Amino acid sequence: MKHFFLGVLFGFVFLVAVALGGTTVWGADRFIIVQSTTSTQNSGLFDHILPPFEKTTGIEVRVVAVGTGQALKNARHGDGDVVLVHASAAEEAFVAEGWGVARHDVMFNDFILVGPAADPAAVMGMTDVVAALKKIADVNAAFLSRGDESGTHLKEQALWADAGVDVDAASGTWYRETGAGMGTTLNTATGMGAYTLTDRGTWISFNNKGAQETLVAGDKRLFNPYGVILVNPARHRRVRAADGQAFIDWLIGPVGQRAIADYRVGGQQLFFPSRRSSRPNS
Amino acid sequence: MKDFGDAFGLAFGLILQGDADLAEIVGLSLRVTLMAVAISCAIGFPVGAAAAIIRFPGRQGVIIAMNALMGLPPVVVGLLVYMLLSNAGPLGVLQLLYTPTAMIIAQCVLVTPIVAALTRQTIEDLAIEYDEQLRSLGVGVAGQAATLLWDARFSLLTTALAGFGRAIAEVGAVITVGGNIDHVTRVMTTAIAVETSKGNLGLALALGIILILLAMMVNGLVMTLRSQWMSRAYG
Repeated sequence: MKHFFLGVLFGFVFLVAVALGGTTVWGADRFIIVQSTTSTQNSGLFDHILPPFEKTTGIEVRVVAVGTGQALKNARHGDGDVVLVHASAAEEAFVAEGWGVARHDVMFNDFILVGPAADPAAVMGMTDVVAALKKIADVNAAFLSRGDESGTHLKEQALWADAGVDVDAASGTWYRETGAGMGTTLNTATGMGAYTLTDRGTWISFNNKGAQETLVAGDKRLFNPYGVILVNPARHRRVRAADGQAFIDWLIGPVGQRAIADYRVGGQQLFFPSRRSSRPNS
Repeated sequence: MKDFGDAFGLAFGLILQGDADLAEIVGLSLRVTLMAVAISCAIGFPVGAAAAIIRFPGRQGVIIAMNALMGLPPVVVGLLVYMLLSNAGPLGVLQLLYTPTAMIIAQCVLVTPIVAALTRQTIEDLAIEYDEQLRSLGVGVAGQAATLLWDARFSLLTTALAGFGRAIAEVGAVITVGGNIDHVTRVMTTAIAVETSKGNLGLALALGIILILLAMMVNGLVMTLRSQWMSRAYG
């Protein structure tokens, strides 16, 4: 009896393991992996633009949404076919080092400074973001940084450098690094009543704003362009180059660009296509 | 916070509507976790029994290690499994990264030490009771292990449930190796993480409530089967 019991147990495990092995690739067998950022995923953009592409081409797009820094690192390991991120300098370095084939502009929006409606640093309505950051530093108002080498974090560090504020020295006091994604950082900012830099796409679709408001926007230094890059198949031979390139061509072509322009949350357009020819007529 | 009331309403609404996306992530959660627990038990039961019965040099060290590994940090396990399965890693050729199989592997690493350590304690306690009888019969090590595992089967079900609890609730490892890809590797815990990061706290909490209900159902089912099995075994 006891041997029967153990036999049944091992037999069961073996059978399930075999069944599993037979279906190692779950779901569609033609797919690409896109390493992207949380802003494109959380804003719902991919849910809007991917179904038409998948339907026409039969290529399933699997999105891994992480910060730009981690997306580029994962792609360097060959764990993705395409990257769609937002940190131009890091993207150009990625291509220059031979990890990516070429960078194409896809779309843009802008970064904004959000913070408590009470606005202790009195920055509301300012259009000079560097001057606003200086005021926040002057009064030691709580500011949350992503601290994760994401596109937003890199932009924020560049702005602090322009402002001449040494935030590393202030880390742990009024300057606080969450080391987390945009959504988590926005949740923390809401809880703390802190200032933070975010992209407009994530902000508009974020549902836990609490007493937080958009305070500073419109500075040309807050421009937020997104680029798309095919991971170099010469570096990683398993890159699904043909299907990856098909996705990029679609994305920067008229159909993809229109799909991006058409995406709205609460009547607001979140992303603007980079190709002039396909700007929305409306 | 009105979110709490909303969350319960939302949770039951989702269940009653039979939401297709919800069914999919619940199904994948169960599939991944049950598979991981089954494999962990297949490894952990014999290993735990062996550590309980066989006397060998360094045994104390092995037991301490097994007990300590019950507290393996999921995020570290996720990172290690990612590095192994990455295309830049030694097992990249298997192409398992960002698949449910990768999640099962990560959960096995987390759950096996729990199953092995708890089995070792159960079997060791039972072995003291059975010692004289087994020795007088001249049963070999394998026979002893089989006898003790069989007689401890009802306690070992609880051990398996402890492993299930760890696996179904875990997020750090599966999000790293699975990638949290919608319709491919999104499970209950990673879906909760996504909704939280979108600021949809009510929906995130609703999913949490469903996850707890799911764990209760699995535990209830196992306990019911166990009591039926026990009454048949002992009359």
